[in-house]
Amino acid sequence: MFWGGVSRALLVRDQEKVVLLIAITLFCCFSIFLNGFISAGNLLTLVRSVSILGILGVGMAFLVIGRGIDLSIVAIYAMSAAWTLHLANAGVSIPLAMLLGYLLALAAGVINGVLIAYVEVPALFATLGMASLVYGFARYALVPLVVVYMPAGASGIAWVGGGFVFGVPIPILLFALIALLGHAFLRFTKPGRFIYAIGDNFAAARISGAPVRPIIVLQCVLSATIAYLAGMITATAVSSMDTNVTNSSMIYDVILVVVLGGIGLSGGRGGIRNVIVGTLLIGILLNGMTIMNVQYTLQNVIRGLILLAAIVIDSILNPRDELTAQQGDI
Amino acid sequence: MDNAIPVLLLITVVGYMAGSIPNFTSVGSLADMSRQIGEFGLIVIGMTVVMLAGGIDLSVGSTFALADFTVLALVSVAKWPIALAIAAAVAVGALVGLINGLLIGYLRLRAFLTTLVMLTLVRAVVELLLQLYSVQIASSDVESDFWDFIGTGSVLGAPFSFVVLIATAIAAHFVLTRLRAGWRIMAVGGSRRSAYNAGIPVRRTVCQSYVVSGVLTSLAGVLYAARLSGAGPDTGIGLELTVVTAALLGGNSVGGGRGSIGKALIGAIIVSLLTNGLVRLGLQNGASSMVTGFVLLLAIAIDVRWAKWRYKLQSKVYVSPAYLALPPTPPIDAESSSPYAVNDRLSAVEIIGLGEVDGPEDVILDAADNLYCSVRQGDIIRFLAPDYTRREVYAHVGGRPLGLAFDRDQSLVVCIAGMGLYRVDEQRNIRKLTAETNRSRFSIIDDSRMRLADDLDIAQDGRVYFSEATIRYGFEEWVVDALEGRGNGRIIRYDPATGATRTILRNLLFANGMCIAHDNRSVLFAETWGCRLSRYWLDGPKKGTVEILISDLPGYPDNINRGSRGTYWVALAGTRTPAYDLAMTMPAFRRRMARRVAGDEWLFPNVNVGCVVHFDESGRILDSLWDLTGKNHPAITSMREHRGYLYLGGVTNNRIGRIGLPDADPEWTGPTSYWGGRP
Repeated sequence: MFWGGVSRALLVRDQEKVVLLIAITLFCCFSIFLNGFISAGNLLTLVRSVSILGILGVGMAFLVIGRGIDLSIVAIYAMSAAWTLHLANAGVSIPLAMLLGYLLALAAGVINGVLIAYVEVPALFATLGMASLVYGFARYALVPLVVVYMPAGASGIAWVGGGFVFGVPIPILLFALIALLGHAFLRFTKPGRFIYAIGDNFAAARISGAPVRPIIVLQCVLSATIAYLAGMITATAVSSMDTNVTNSSMIYDVILVVVLGGIGLSGGRGGIRNVIVGTLLIGILLNGMTIMNVQYTLQNVIRGLILLAAIVIDSILNPRDELTAQQGDI
Repeated sequence: MDNAIPVLLLITVVGYMAGSIPNFTSVGSLADMSRQIGEFGLIVIGMTVVMLAGGIDLSVGSTFALADFTVLALVSVAKWPIALAIAAAVAVGALVGLINGLLIGYLRLRAFLTTLVMLTLVRAVVELLLQLYSVQIASSDVESDFWDFIGTGSVLGAPFSFVVLIATAIAAHFVLTRLRAGWRIMAVGGSRRSAYNAGIPVRRTVCQSYVVSGVLTSLAGVLYAARLSGAGPDTGIGLELTVVTAALLGGNSVGGGRGSIGKALIGAIIVSLLTNGLVRLGLQNGASSMVTGFVLLLAIAIDVRWAKWRYKLQSKVYVSPAYLALPPTPPIDAESSSPYAVNDRLSAVEIIGLGEVDGPEDVILDAADNLYCSVRQGDIIRFLAPDYTRREVYAHVGGRPLGLAFDRDQSLVVCIAGMGLYRVDEQRNIRKLTAETNRSRFSIIDDSRMRLADDLDIAQDGRVYFSEATIRYGFEEWVVDALEGRGNGRIIRYDPATGATRTILRNLLFANGMCIAHDNRSVLFAETWGCRLSRYWLDGPKKGTVEILISDLPGYPDNINRGSRGTYWVALAGTRTPAYDLAMTMPAFRRRMARRVAGDEWLFPNVNVGCVVHFDESGRILDSLWDLTGKNHPAITSMREHRGYLYLGGVTNNRIGRIGLPDADPEWTGPTSYWGGRP
């Protein structure tokens, strides 16, 4: 038992390193065996392609560390940005359109938070229902089109997704910035520390006087805010937003990034560093598979298998605590 | 009550749809709809089984698509026989369920995420397969009457898939409520840890529930394939959401243990009507997604809050005190000439098993003078004659054993709170005699089950007469029953010759002690909150009638037992107090107290000080024994006379007492009084 515990502790601490090692190994293999992988252009493309995933991963990480999950993050990401574009197309000024789009995201986040914290609906159900509600409501009432294009007059914000600073695409820099802010928030602010406390042992955090309910609402609001930012970056990068992304497997990629990086789903562990590591691994993998010309559907199968393996390993490394796990905590 | 809201919702939805959609109730429309409900309902039943076991299965949408693809590919491309293709498709569904079950049941992964991943994984596999075979499937046509019958045929006017649903629902209901496999699922969902402790194979049970879900989902996929003969990339997309919504909306609980197939059907019908109706109302894309999401959130919010508020609500509504006016208390002052006058005769008791027994509610002695008692841990403890210093666990019966009696074969018959009537024979084999009686016709709560079997006695013909103190509360809630002061108790007769159990008397105020009279023609019983003893005639001219023997005891009578020279003993577990007697005449006051005040601040009946009362056949009080110092036996719930001694037990005591009786027949014992000398 003792040695099991020790080796498990080592593994937990080292999961991030193991994933990093795998990422580096894959990187080296691909560099050697795949033509064009190592080129600067491809590497920038690689990071850029997963920077959105990484940003969403940061938002997801806030909830997962607090033993929650946000399955509505992709729906908020897509629908709030799509509505912004639609409003702009309809002649609403860009700042106002952005404000309204953000308010949609914010409302979804607040409702999520209230449902989880005050109504005590399990986060999985609350956000699963919210994903469907946000998508359905936006499609029904706000955004009649499947794909919304950016209006020509919005060139003022096009730099967000399309610009470069010293040759580095701005989405990558924004990913870095959001990761840095997220890291600072989790490490150095009181609410950030409370998130860890809640994720580690909700009941203990509560009776110690942590404002658990407001903190949970805050988590959801942060995640919705980040989702909106990511949505705007995507929208400006590709000059459109495809609302079908809500029904794609993107949400699983976000979970994959977080879990693979080593943030345990049982909460209280990990940090933004894990998100970055997970993002890089997924980026390398996807990029490599694309260069190897692996069929998209097969890529999906492979990603599914990796996610399954990641969850199995996660549940072995971070077993659910029988004392703090609740009946019906599924 | 749990079903009222979903049913009301169903009626509302049907009413609205019928009002706003033309031809909604036409035969063709209904047939079409019930065909879809047939497919959908099957999946909801599978989901309900998983949810009852405490899990969730989000992979149903993809499993459905996979089964749909499998059966179509096998029938139209591989040209398999249809029956075989269907079997293969169901096997594929079972396999997906098995993988889910192995991961969640045996590897103990989190159900939600695991099945979510399976959803994407299986979906990716389906897309991969569709890329390869979809053109072939679309271009070939199935020529088969059997296939058409599955897809579009009817049985007695009802669509085939609906008939399948009803048959499956009946079977699933039967399994869940009547068979071991279903009970295990309910037990695991109700409390995983308790189920494990009770020896149920938790992991296997959980695994099985996912296999059931996989099988039913693939069955629905087969029906869908036969109906539409199409396999596309959007088959079953988002199905898991509507299925979960349906299961929740019907009133099945997340986390397991509460729910039923009936609830699943109600939910399935509501959600099918709703989504179907939205399409026919011509609402744009997104509307069904929006409504599903909203209804899901609403359903789960209600479920979560209901689970949390249920007990609060229930305790507010459930406790219903009644008016109870007791006759005046006879005096118990030491100076009075009353036979109940307090004295200190019990301070001379000898102590048996101090600290070795926890709450000996009843004590009894066998023909060989060994002493038995029923204790809180669910044991029958035996102290061996002659000095009663050696103690052993005679039998572990579980529950909370209370009243004890020996039958003609020297077997110990025992009333166990929470379990019923049990028998421990001389070889210590434990056997259940009965735990159910006839249900009363107009009772809202199910009173066929015994909650609090209390005391018993056995007549010469072997029939067991036993009391159930209250049908409304369990043993640990006896004080709430005291607060009600309502006739919740009853007397039940078990006949070992026929195995029949019948309730013979109802509406008793906490039916407690039972004792067959010396002449075997009547049974005496105590009503604790009524402070009275009564006689129920088993034989003679008054057969079947009740007459009150002692109407005004100064305390709360517990067990009654025979004494020598034709007398009886009754234990008073506590004495009446003026305040409590007054409160019993004020039901509104007690109701307010139950609602407004925390349970540990309620007015309690006094069960701290009691006594033993000796009386004769006519109900005349001969004597009473008290412990004034309160050191040894202040509270007494049972006593047995045996060879000139009286043995005393108490439900809160940690000892058994024994006191010599100078006036008693020194040869008299209970077993000989009942069953004569042993050959």
